[in-house]
Amino acid sequence: MPMELLVTLLLALPIAGFGLTALVGRRLGTRAWVIAVPAIVVTWAIAMVVVWTAFSGGLGEGGLHFTLYEWVPAGAFTIEANFAVDNLAAVLLIVVTTVGMLVHVYSIGYMAHDPGRWRFFAYLNLFMFSMLLLVLAGNFMLLFAAWELVGLCSYLLIGFWYPRPSAAIAAKKAFLVNRVGDVGFALGIFAVWTTVGTLNFTDAFERLSDGLAGGRIEAWAITGIALLLFCGAVGKSAQFPLHVWLPDAMEGPTPVSALIHAATMVNAGVYFVARANPLFSLSPEAMFVVAAIGIFTAILAASIALTQNDIKRVLAYSTLSQLGYMFASLGVGAYVAAIFHMTAQGFTKGLLFLGSGSVIHGVHEEQDMNRMGGLWRRMPITHATMLVGSLSMAGIPPLAAFFSKDEILGEAFRNGFLWVWLVGILVAALTAFYMFRLMGKTFYGPSRVDPAVEPHVRESPRSMTVPLILLAIPAALLGLILGLPFGAGLIGQWLGPIFAGAEENLGRHPEAVQVLGVDGVLILVSVAVATAGLAVAIRLFGFHWPLRGDDTEAQPERVAALTARAPRLYRASFRKWWFDELNDLLFVRVGGRVAHFIWWFDRAIVDGTVNGIGDLAQSAGRDLRRIQTGRVQNYALGIALALIVMAGGFLIVTAR
Amino acid sequence: MSQSLDSYLALSALLFAVGTFGFLARRNAIAMLMSIELMLNAVNLTIVAFGAFVPALQPDASVIALVVMAVAAAEATVGLAIVIAIYRNRRTPLVDEYAQMRE
Repeated sequence: MPMELLVTLLLALPIAGFGLTALVGRRLGTRAWVIAVPAIVVTWAIAMVVVWTAFSGGLGEGGLHFTLYEWVPAGAFTIEANFAVDNLAAVLLIVVTTVGMLVHVYSIGYMAHDPGRWRFFAYLNLFMFSMLLLVLAGNFMLLFAAWELVGLCSYLLIGFWYPRPSAAIAAKKAFLVNRVGDVGFALGIFAVWTTVGTLNFTDAFERLSDGLAGGRIEAWAITGIALLLFCGAVGKSAQFPLHVWLPDAMEGPTPVSALIHAATMVNAGVYFVARANPLFSLSPEAMFVVAAIGIFTAILAASIALTQNDIKRVLAYSTLSQLGYMFASLGVGAYVAAIFHMTAQGFTKGLLFLGSGSVIHGVHEEQDMNRMGGLWRRMPITHATMLVGSLSMAGIPPLAAFFSKDEILGEAFRNGFLWVWLVGILVAALTAFYMFRLMGKTFYGPSRVDPAVEPHVRESPRSMTVPLILLAIPAALLGLILGLPFGAGLIGQWLGPIFAGAEENLGRHPEAVQVLGVDGVLILVSVAVATAGLAVAIRLFGFHWPLRGDDTEAQPERVAALTARAPRLYRASFRKWWFDELNDLLFVRVGGRVAHFIWWFDRAIVDGTVNGIGDLAQSAGRDLRRIQTGRVQNYALGIALALIVMAGGFLIVTAR
Repeated sequence: MSQSLDSYLALSALLFAVGTFGFLARRNAIAMLMSIELMLNAVNLTIVAFGAFVPALQPDASVIALVVMAVAAAEATVGLAIVIAIYRNRRTPLVDEYAQMRE
């Protein structure tokens, strides 16, 4: 079967599933999933064929490029619906379709009691279509359309329980904050068009690069385009200062948090910067900004995750932090490591979110970790799989995120970004700490579950636990498969050629990783800090610590003593560094005043002028009407008087 | 014939003023038409007087005076016709009553 057809089917199946479910889903009742889920399972199977072909070299040099049809034929401005399937897209296909499929299966159980389930599955299918379109798009315009479509799906699904005001507000917040970034993104696309006159990725990057080399395009223009496009990535991937929407997005159903707000859509920004690597690598300034924003978001989000009590919010801040890692990695030129981390992260975060959904389901829709605890006996499968995910997140070898995180830190160090490495190490320690704080508060320690709910807590149904187990496998083994040997694993072989040009631009020469030299020490350092963070968390929140005679009863006092030592830091973290308050002050209060003034100006000055002219004409007409008496003698008197005045004037003028 | 142009001009101005006053003050349409004739004749007198006293103007003045007379005759005809038409319609010669076209 020709590859083009398979790739087209990848897009056609989810959108068909969306259409059918939206049309007839309501009549399917509890079986609303019968169209949507099989559609995605088949999509996954096709995607695996495509991925396999890509990695075995079946798509040829540079991947498969084909045009489905001419989308916007408008003279010189012609945009085709063209697709690019290369190894980078293939890696994304693995994450998107696998996590997507498992989330669909999981949702059968999770959404079983929700009357709006047909809507849910329809939206999920639409999201899969949009995300696959985003991954496969071969030009900026198509990518932008997909970019907005995933944003729309995100909005619809965050606000899925729209009668709940907090959900409706969170959906709006996500949508609006994303718009801020998208303005920059759109401007960036305009700039690409006006600079090189094409929106095709391959052509555009080639012409930008040639233009810079030939002196036709200034360096600042390249930097400007890169930074404008990066604005979009900052919005979609929730980086500082547009990170505020992601934690609130957890108002949506948990499968949505797993699929869209952890594993796939938020990776779109990372994917885009990686896709645009030929452009970004031309501008060291833009790369620096990417790295700085990334690592700053990483430490900021990690510091907030330390004290949050909502299980999903901890995971949301953790997602922010890990996305920050990826951007830092892209910024230091470690593209392969960034995509590697994204892949590991996609599976691990998907697993953790689905696990947290299972927990929330188990304790009857309770999300506050202060009302959990001791769940590991009641929910053994959820506990085991989440433990795998948490260990991976914490960076404990040999789990997936250990390899990817280590590669990022190692590359940052080797490429001379010592500050990125230092902050990264600190973030790694914090990550281990908050992940095991989460595990401790949820699964270990004394039970704080509502006594009314306590007897009903039990493991979730099979449709929820099976996806957890299936996700735990890549979360555990992915690193071993893709990351070994260090620096030269499968992922590097797959993606290396795509980023070779960018690395040349940056003047990097890939060196062999010396496990027995500096790099080995780096790995040891990162494992050591991760273990330390993990140990502290377990001592404060975890189970009985066998080596010291501690008892878990004393834990709350220890935590209180620790927070009392740095009350300001604790409050800063707990209040999320007051970002929501800052935005409220800047945009709601001050911005509101400005908007109010502009409204007044528009009403009083602009409208006032226009209305004033109208009123003037009207009142002039009304007043002048009086002299129109219809009596011929009045007019004649006017004529006579005017004649006298004119004659008199003439006389006076000529008399002089 | 007086030797002074001024006396002719003064008489002409007097006639014109009487005509103007009549046009403005009288309410009867016929009387107003007569006032117009008076004004036209005042003007004609001025023209003829200039023609008599300024030799260079003589041919022009005669021609203009004849044209004015012709126009005056035409104007009187049309004016009277209009007045009669209105009178048949409104049953009054008073122009005060003719204010319908105001609106």
